[in-house]
Amino acid sequence: MEIVNFTPLSATIGGALIGLSAAFLLLVKGRVAGISGIFGGIVYPEKGDVSWRILFIAGLVIGGFIYQWLGAGAGVDHIEAVVGTPWLIVAGLLVGIGTTIGTGCTSGHGICGLARRSPRSLVATVTFMATAFVTVYIVRHLVSGGA
Amino acid sequence: MTQSKSLAAALFAGILFGFGLSVAQMIDPAKVVNFLDIFGTWDPSLAFVMGGGLIVNAIATPLILKRGKPVLAELFRIPGKSQVDRRIVIGGVLFGAGWGLAGYCPGPMITSLSFVDGSILTIFTAYVVGTLGAKFGLAKYEDYKHQKHQANEACVG
Repeated sequence: MEIVNFTPLSATIGGALIGLSAAFLLLVKGRVAGISGIFGGIVYPEKGDVSWRILFIAGLVIGGFIYQWLGAGAGVDHIEAVVGTPWLIVAGLLVGIGTTIGTGCTSGHGICGLARRSPRSLVATVTFMATAFVTVYIVRHLVSGGA
Repeated sequence: MTQSKSLAAALFAGILFGFGLSVAQMIDPAKVVNFLDIFGTWDPSLAFVMGGGLIVNAIATPLILKRGKPVLAELFRIPGKSQVDRRIVIGGVLFGAGWGLAGYCPGPMITSLSFVDGSILTIFTAYVVGTLGAKFGLAKYEDYKHQKHQANEACVG
């Protein structure tokens, strides 16, 4: 094992901001900040429960813009995919199908659910984390020979 | 008035979330995949992101839920905690595989649309299609189960 690009300070501050956002949404609107759940309710809308979702999702993109505008060259200033287009499509489909069937993702189960000590979210988080570790091991160490 | 305040709150929460993800550099898929690569080039940062989010939430959530209702809504709409079923595991396996493959979970993926990049648009489009397909599939499955249940009852009757 070799430790690379470890950024504990920005990671903790960023994580705390995410936590504050989730707490704010719960306090004001009484909703859980699970991104896949909020987004799924736009793609497959439930009557009268859509407009706040659109604004929250738009906010995510605006938050990204603000970071790039403030950062200008510092931190992450561009995006580079780690796999080619066919795998991006497979990955996107799996994330969409998996989070819909499993009713949540890293935010809803991993942060909000665990904070409420939900056994359902704990099982979900352990399952997707373990599968993701295994997937990366297969892709990086078995298929591509440790590249 | 409450309605527009409530929408403004949702927008603010979204901005804070997207900004936090960016500060944490979770919008860099290589950083995420490196977190998942314990036996190679390991970057432990993601654990600190989850830790930071968890600590804030674990303290704030019980205090917030002590209020009878949210500030701008009639009730807290919180998912159930106890039901551990097949769906959770099957969904978790599929999602985990997709997350490990490309290093994108939904939050960072949507936030990264701000980079207006071809690879983001590709995975985002596939994510929308996957979500929609699964929602339709689940709805059909529920219908099927319901009909089967009714058919069984009819036989018994």
